[in-house]
Amino acid sequence: MIKNFLEIIGEYFIFLGKVFTKPSKISEFSRKLVDEMNAMGIGSLLIVCIVAVCMGSVITTQTALQMESPWIPRWTLGFTVRTSVVMELCPTIITLLLVGNLGSRITSEIGSMRVTEQIDALEVMGINSASYLVLPKIVSAVIVIPMLIIISIFFALIGGYITVIITHVSSPYEYLDGLTAFFRMYDLVYVLTKTTIFAFILSSVAAFYGYRIEGGALELGKANVNGIVVSSFIILVLNLVITSIML
Amino acid sequence: MIELKNVSKYFGERQVLKNINTEFVQGKVNLIIGRSGSGKTVMVKNLIGLLSPEEGEILYNGRNFNLFTDKEKQEIRSEMGMVFQGSALFDSMTIEENVMFPLTMLTSQSYSEKIDRVNFCLERVDLKGFNNLYPAELSGGMMKRAAIARAIACNPKYLFCDEPNSGLDPKTSLLIDELIYEITHEFDITTVVNTHDMNSVITIGETISFIYEGTLAWRGNKDNVLTSDNEKLNGFIFAQPLTQRIRELS
Repeated sequence: MIKNFLEIIGEYFIFLGKVFTKPSKISEFSRKLVDEMNAMGIGSLLIVCIVAVCMGSVITTQTALQMESPWIPRWTLGFTVRTSVVMELCPTIITLLLVGNLGSRITSEIGSMRVTEQIDALEVMGINSASYLVLPKIVSAVIVIPMLIIISIFFALIGGYITVIITHVSSPYEYLDGLTAFFRMYDLVYVLTKTTIFAFILSSVAAFYGYRIEGGALELGKANVNGIVVSSFIILVLNLVITSIML
Repeated sequence: MIELKNVSKYFGERQVLKNINTEFVQGKVNLIIGRSGSGKTVMVKNLIGLLSPEEGEILYNGRNFNLFTDKEKQEIRSEMGMVFQGSALFDSMTIEENVMFPLTMLTSQSYSEKIDRVNFCLERVDLKGFNNLYPAELSGGMMKRAAIARAIACNPKYLFCDEPNSGLDPKTSLLIDELIYEITHEFDITTVVNTHDMNSVITIGETISFIYEGTLAWRGNKDNVLTSDNEKLNGFIFAQPLTQRIRELS
């Protein structure tokens, strides 16, 4: 089992070596990059916004329920919601959502190209298939996913604000006051660092599992599941490591 | 010309190709025939470099393909065209984009030069006017023809076809065979066709290599394939009741 695990790690790094080579046609790479950014960004925007609003709303309600003591300042609600949403919930939960959405799309797309010999066709033409297919996806994910996380943070805080207005658990002024209290720019650096690393893991692991498929539809399904499970696991472990290092 | 000298290929302990010696002649349709699982596809994949033989040499005009540098491999691959069994057209691209793809990636032609070449290739395979359709909108025979158009787009010196007739009706199979034969002679290509279609064997097999359980069991052409006394070959050629009946009648 350990041998198998080490073999997969080795394969993954060899795969990354093939991916990170100079694209044979920069114009074609740019075109694919724009297509990927469009598909990843626009394609995931709605679901990310909806989930973020719901998450912000729920965290606001739950936090408010824990703060019934008159000794706790009222702005604490906004402060706690902001800290939870910015530091942990949006970067991690939304990335895990994107693992299911974007990650499985990447695995399926590349895997079905492998199964239907389209990757072999690229190789026969003398094209580095790993670089041609995967590099635009990884670069796109690294650019787009942090943007999506920032947007999701914004919508989660709006979700909290809407909840405050509807349920009167706090006044909107106190909520907004809490959102801006003790804000550190470093928190944003931490979030962007974390999500950039998560985006790289998400896209490269998903592509790796799609690229190494041998067989047919059954293996494609297995690769999809493995890609999601492995990248989710790595993201959660890295979350712990990055948090320990940066905070 | 492509030559195979003592080529052997293993998958783990299992030897799939056993000491193969044969050659594929320029300007002719060279068939590799044999039962399913005999090693035909593995042989073609070795020829185009998707697999590497553990033993032996594959010579392109006398030069060993496996000793080529990456750059040399890339150069010779730009001279290859391949028609895969399932066509392997890029399903996110239209037929026009599929045929144009190797031109975009491998040449520095202008758009107008590329589109002229695409239209020529599509016309040559009788797909004129189908430029903007996607592979999913085509029939099996049309997909094979589009794959041939893509394979010949860069004027290849070598054309490889992996079971080009599989899944096609007899009439369409004949059309595909005719197309491969005409293109081979028109552009003086070294064509290697991997097939187990008997119509192909007797109509376009200018050289035939018969593979039996990984070994080269017979070599000849369409004129002597039906009269050979090789038992293994006859077991393959006359396996179907129809061909048995024809043999009895003749």
